[in-house]
Amino acid sequence: MRIFVVAIAAAVIALPAAAIAEQVIKLKPGLGVDKVEANCQACHSLSYIPMNSPFLNSAGWDATITKMIKAFGAPIDDADAKAIADYLKKNYGI
Amino acid sequence: MITRRHLLETAGVGAALAISGLKFSNAEAAGAGLTPGVPDGVASYATMAKLPGKKPLIELSDRPPNYETPLEYLRTAITPNDEFFVRYHLADIPEVDAKTYKIAVGGDGANNQVEITLDDLKKMPAVEVVAVNQCSGNRRGLSKPHVQGVEWGYGAMGCARWKGARLKDILDKAGLKKEAIEIGMDGADGPTVDKTPDFIKSIPVWKAIDPNTIVAYEMNGQPLPHLHGFPARVVVSGWTGTYWVKHVTKINALTKPQGGFWMNPAYRIPLGKFPIRDRFVTQETEANTPITEIVVNSLVTSHREGAKVNPGKVTVSGLAWDGGYGIRTVQVSTDGGKTWSSATLGQDLGPYAFRAWSFDVSAKKGKNSVMVNATNNIGQAQTAGLIFNPAGYHNNVIQNLTLVA
Repeated sequence: MRIFVVAIAAAVIALPAAAIAEQVIKLKPGLGVDKVEANCQACHSLSYIPMNSPFLNSAGWDATITKMIKAFGAPIDDADAKAIADYLKKNYGI
Repeated sequence: MITRRHLLETAGVGAALAISGLKFSNAEAAGAGLTPGVPDGVASYATMAKLPGKKPLIELSDRPPNYETPLEYLRTAITPNDEFFVRYHLADIPEVDAKTYKIAVGGDGANNQVEITLDDLKKMPAVEVVAVNQCSGNRRGLSKPHVQGVEWGYGAMGCARWKGARLKDILDKAGLKKEAIEIGMDGADGPTVDKTPDFIKSIPVWKAIDPNTIVAYEMNGQPLPHLHGFPARVVVSGWTGTYWVKHVTKINALTKPQGGFWMNPAYRIPLGKFPIRDRFVTQETEANTPITEIVVNSLVTSHREGAKVNPGKVTVSGLAWDGGYGIRTVQVSTDGGKTWSSATLGQDLGPYAFRAWSFDVSAKKGKNSVMVNATNNIGQAQTAGLIFNPAGYHNNVIQNLTLVA
């Protein structure tokens, strides 16, 4: 019963929003893509990644992740930051 | 629970498309609508998408919302509200209740702290200004080499008739101390993570008390739309959009320079590279300075790059604008820049507005080059080559469009 109520509530909330389809970004599959999806979307849609590609080199992606953590306060731990950096360099870098 | 609003919005999609006659709304169309030269990655995902109250715009990101105006919507000196680009830095954007809305005016550079409601604002002497709102990063996507950020093509700009109260009149209610050097501004929108710096901007006092700097509550005769800063936003005529704080809730007179990420290191240009007149000396460093006025620029909006035309007379038209001196001439060259002729200028809507222009080209069979260079009333013209800077600001390179007959 409880699940049913929640489902109805979700449907009620979802309907008006349905007029504005959420941007769907399918990132390239690869090691670390789950870390990207889990961390980056807290603040911004994933579109920022393909939008800023492919022109950043390894140092460019490192600087970007540092900026997100230091300047924007993104709560990303060191292990995830490394996985994200490796993924972006390999899939969206030059 | 399908609300009336939902139905209206859904119905609006078809209606807008029917009226515009543009076959947008899929990835293919968006790809065709992108400006040649933006990073390849943009075309891999960007679509035409519709926000509430808007015609389809190029969706660069939906959170925070960054939507570019396609070229076809920029054919008039006034950009309709539903075609105007949308730009936010932070994704928490509350719908502000006009009934409880207040602007807190004060700061250590003010004699008093006062609160101003929307009604108070509307009771103050109303002024109107037609002004271009151009994102500092408009055309960033065309930087060579590419630089990071929202990869705008040509359409992170629009021009509207803004109505509101003068910022000077608002500041007078609090009383400026002679020690005040800057006016800080904050809006209701904020970050989704606590540690992300809130979007707070400042302008020098001299610009804040300029009669063309206003707190606007109307845009093209309509209440300011939510995505443009309802109930009220700052309009800093002549300066780039970064200072035009939306949903403004705090205005502070400051005796010390405004700090924070969005003043420094963000929105900085290298010193000495651009022909800028408006200085923001309390924020200058030895290396850089905040971006200030819009540089003189123009754009062909009648045709896209590589457009097919019939041989013979082709009317090419577009827009020209600058940071508030007004447009003196728009010159067109069809021989690669050897000779230039003056375009016919459209109605003058004031020095901060888009100036429409048109020029009849005699198209020959094959490829035809059309170059456009605007000059403002103090003699500043566009640049032949890109003045590279790390944030991709102030791109006013002379356009060289190819028409194919």
